[in-house]
Amino acid sequence: MPLTQEHELHKRRWGRNLGLGLTLGAFIALVFGLTIAKVQQGSQMQGFDHTYRIEMDPDARIPGANR
Amino acid sequence: MSDIRADMTGREGTGDAGFRDYVQLLKPRVMSLVVFTAMVGLLVAPVRPHPVEALAAIIFIALGAGASGALNMWWDADIDRVMRRTAGRPVPSGSVAPGEALGLGLALSGISVVMLGLAANWLAAGLLAFTIFFYAVVYTMWLKRSTPQNIVIGGASGAFPPMIGWVAATGHISLEAVLMFMVIFMWTPPHFWALALFMNDDYTKARVPMLTVTHGRKVTRAHILVYTVALVPVAVGAAFTSIGGPIYLAVSLVLNALFLIGAWRIWRRPEEAATADKYAVEKKFFALSLAYLFGHFAAFLVEATPWADALARHLGWGF
Repeated sequence: MPLTQEHELHKRRWGRNLGLGLTLGAFIALVFGLTIAKVQQGSQMQGFDHTYRIEMDPDARIPGANR
Repeated sequence: MSDIRADMTGREGTGDAGFRDYVQLLKPRVMSLVVFTAMVGLLVAPVRPHPVEALAAIIFIALGAGASGALNMWWDADIDRVMRRTAGRPVPSGSVAPGEALGLGLALSGISVVMLGLAANWLAAGLLAFTIFFYAVVYTMWLKRSTPQNIVIGGASGAFPPMIGWVAATGHISLEAVLMFMVIFMWTPPHFWALALFMNDDYTKARVPMLTVTHGRKVTRAHILVYTVALVPVAVGAAFTSIGGPIYLAVSLVLNALFLIGAWRIWRRPEEAATADKYAVEKKFFALSLAYLFGHFAAFLVEATPWADALARHLGWGF
């Protein structure tokens, strides 16, 4: 039997690998989409970006400041 | 090596399952019901999440349901092998190894819960984790083999998806979410007992203590009627909450009348008549139960549209 012969098993493995690949691709796309959606809605995110800026935090109380 | 072994032994037990086998492990038909009810729970909620967040929430709820299905197939392989209805499942048929089913079930459980928490909120994720635990441990490992009330209590796991959908959108549990839960919870016993009436031999062979096996068909018929009567006020009552309305009320009244008539006919039927027509009435009732649940949740969805809102205002609907 030649080593290159295609067996039903190889077809099944190919199908499984393809299915897994597509599933992982869909998962990555979903996480990416979720990230975009979360970032777009993150209106208060800038207050905590890199350095905490108290003047942008709506919950923070700054003594003497007119808010 | 496995290639050579496969040549010699054929497909069974090679551990080289196809992708379809793994999909079967997640019980896709149950998942489709979960997707539908969770989607309704999410869409009828008063809060509209971002479409991507909503899509992700439904996908991860469905994945959680699939994970519990895989864990169920791992644990129940011995009885699945005996029952005609389930003998072709991936584990009893040998296409997927039990350890693989367990691994996939546990991995997907973790992924679905964590991702739902990140996509929606942690209350929804907690409810999903509880649902998986309830189905895999409380129902599958404990109740199913120990009590004829198995599907009554275990039915809770199938009732959670619309509540999780609602919580994913709103962040809290409210009366409407509980009502959607109760509709499925009360619907499950008549639905499964109707199935058990005409699949009783399977359960007897597998020694699963279904009500039909432990108490006989006559008692089961009475239980179907009692639970159907108890279901009616819950299902119709939902019309008078914020998720209901005149369209839902009309649909619910018709479906509940048909369901009650079906349950009444099942109760009155002697066993000889059922055997003679090969459980035609019971099979019809089982099919009706699927339409019953679909009809109610479709009506919830219709009531969430602006068109239904306008109709309710036109009719002076004050709930």
